[in-house]
Amino acid sequence: MLYLIEQCLNGMQLGMLLFLLAAGLTLIFGIMDLVNLAHGSLYMLGAYFAATFVELTDSFLAGIGLGLGATLVAGIVLEMIAIRPLYGRDHLDHVLGTFGLLIFFNEFVRLIWGPAGLTISLPSQMLTAVQVLPGVYYPLYRLVIILTTLVVALLLYILVMRTRIGMLIRAGASNREMVGALGVNIKLLYTLVFGLGAALAGFAGMIQAPLAFVQIGMGENILILAFVVIIIGGIGSIRGAFVAAIIVGLIDTMGRVFLPDLVRHFLSYSAGSSAGPALSSMLIYTLMALVLIFRPEGLFPASSK
Amino acid sequence: MKRILLTTCAALALATAPAVAQQKTVKIGFVSTFSGPVAAIGNDMRNSFELALDHLGRKLGGLPVEVIYEDDQIKPEVGVQKVQKLIESDKVDFIVGIIWSNVLLASLKPIIDSKTFTIVTNAGASQLAGEMCSPYVFSTAWNNDQTPQAIGLYMNQKNVKTAFLIGPNYAAGKDMLEGVEATFKGKIVGRELTVWPTQLDFSAELSKARNAKPDAVFAFYPGGAGIQFITQYAQSGLKSTIPLYTAFTVDSLSLPRLKDLAVGIPGAQQWVRDLPNEANKRYVNDFRAKYKTDPSFYGSQTYDAAPLLDSVVKAVKGDLTKKDEMRRAAEKADFKSVRGNFKFGPNHIPIQNFYLQEAVKDGEEFRLKTVATIVENDQDKHWQKCKMPK
Repeated sequence: MLYLIEQCLNGMQLGMLLFLLAAGLTLIFGIMDLVNLAHGSLYMLGAYFAATFVELTDSFLAGIGLGLGATLVAGIVLEMIAIRPLYGRDHLDHVLGTFGLLIFFNEFVRLIWGPAGLTISLPSQMLTAVQVLPGVYYPLYRLVIILTTLVVALLLYILVMRTRIGMLIRAGASNREMVGALGVNIKLLYTLVFGLGAALAGFAGMIQAPLAFVQIGMGENILILAFVVIIIGGIGSIRGAFVAAIIVGLIDTMGRVFLPDLVRHFLSYSAGSSAGPALSSMLIYTLMALVLIFRPEGLFPASSK
Repeated sequence: MKRILLTTCAALALATAPAVAQQKTVKIGFVSTFSGPVAAIGNDMRNSFELALDHLGRKLGGLPVEVIYEDDQIKPEVGVQKVQKLIESDKVDFIVGIIWSNVLLASLKPIIDSKTFTIVTNAGASQLAGEMCSPYVFSTAWNNDQTPQAIGLYMNQKNVKTAFLIGPNYAAGKDMLEGVEATFKGKIVGRELTVWPTQLDFSAELSKARNAKPDAVFAFYPGGAGIQFITQYAQSGLKSTIPLYTAFTVDSLSLPRLKDLAVGIPGAQQWVRDLPNEANKRYVNDFRAKYKTDPSFYGSQTYDAAPLLDSVVKAVKGDLTKKDEMRRAAEKADFKSVRGNFKFGPNHIPIQNFYLQEAVKDGEEFRLKTVATIVENDQDKHWQKCKMPK
């Protein structure tokens, strides 16, 4: 039972990371109707910026703060230079354009930082596990990720549901022309949303970086998962992204935990050991397929479009 | 007099001209990974091979060398295409390289069918040592399970009673875990294979390891994944409670990134940068002078391929059609390996020592150091399955 709690926390932590990516993706897709394959590149850029600033300032928090600012600026500049011409075109153009950006960013990072990759070292007091419940030890840093992301999610909720900007964002999602006709600067609104999405993606990249490794193409695999999340959650819905991210995180983790052992009961030990991980990585796609069959709008569709 | 001299010169020039025209270049197709997160491994191999060619005066057996580098992108399907291209359209004399066991297994058929003389400088799929051995394929590396077998022996020495094994779910990962199981006398309390190469977060598996309460954890994660695994191992607080044993996880490429995290994690290897032989000193010193960093074991194995090929081309005096003579020459392993003693088993896999290595802090730099010899003249256990034609 205690073990199950620990694994649930693992699932939550993966879910939180996916939420940060999916929130930006779903805002950009839902409000600006833009398929952004370069979202993973912003995740990567965030990690590279943070790694560089942590190295320069010798402080983890300062590095994250500066990295966040740098990714926000990068996102805004990217939107103004490369994304604007894509609005109003069809989705195939978005895919081609942003896929080009993805390749561009990979080569750009290779030019600036080299092919070897970087690491972000955590302060040494983070290299430990804490007792969250009697008998349940959990890595402190992963716990920090969960809590920080919950705060970010709450702030995002307040921003979108309780502020004027959030109201405009929601209005833009339901009827873009009308918002424009009412004299709202929709261009600026789009730039802000894109910058916000970029900062969220970059934040995901930089908090994951100390667990993993800052490398070229690091955003690509996780971006696929983020797309699965927004499809399950409903495109354009922050609440949907939040719930779906946790569901996907939990299913992926539980699949990895229990499926290999389960399969070994039915197959030989070695066949089970190979088939288990393969099957568990299929689970979330099976869920996505089911959602697409029974609720093509996603679990929490954004109000009306 | 002058005229006679001129004619003689002209005659000589004419006489030697055909010989010059006949002198061909040795074409080598070099397959490794030069893009993506593990590009550092491919670059280290290429740098070492280039350094070895420099040491040989850019010639093999007296013939000039042309190397064609191809990137397998860590994908078997790309690797086999590149190998086919090298054999069929570039018509290379030799193929050298190959990091990944699954890339090797995919590429082996075109190599064997075309009888292309090949030196594998990393991939150690056990099929190559056993039923898929070929008279023209040699390895300057090892069989996958030898290194983890050495670690298994070391775990016995350290009185480990229960162990949890983890590695990636591909050909080499399975070989590695079986290797530990072959020599480790204690009980195996858990065995995890993770999705390769995409899974880089090991939270669920590390929780499993903690829950299994083993005396030790054994891990195999090559390239960048090793950095991720060891970092997460430390962050989960396991490093201070359950000792970690590794194979191919801490190397000269990952060490500058892992730094303190790698200290105190034992690994086994057939080559360490400080092995005291002349060839190795020259290799490590010149590598550091040229590339400003330490070479890794990947590089050391690839470095060895060049003098081996040199001895082969010499033995047939540059006539690269004499494949059987070339094979006999290669089997003698008549070259100075940077790992010291080196000979081939009947399946063309080296018989060699395995050392215990540990990371130490040396001034500002972290370096790998030989601690002890775990096994001497170790031969892989698949050689009897190899039906090598006489």
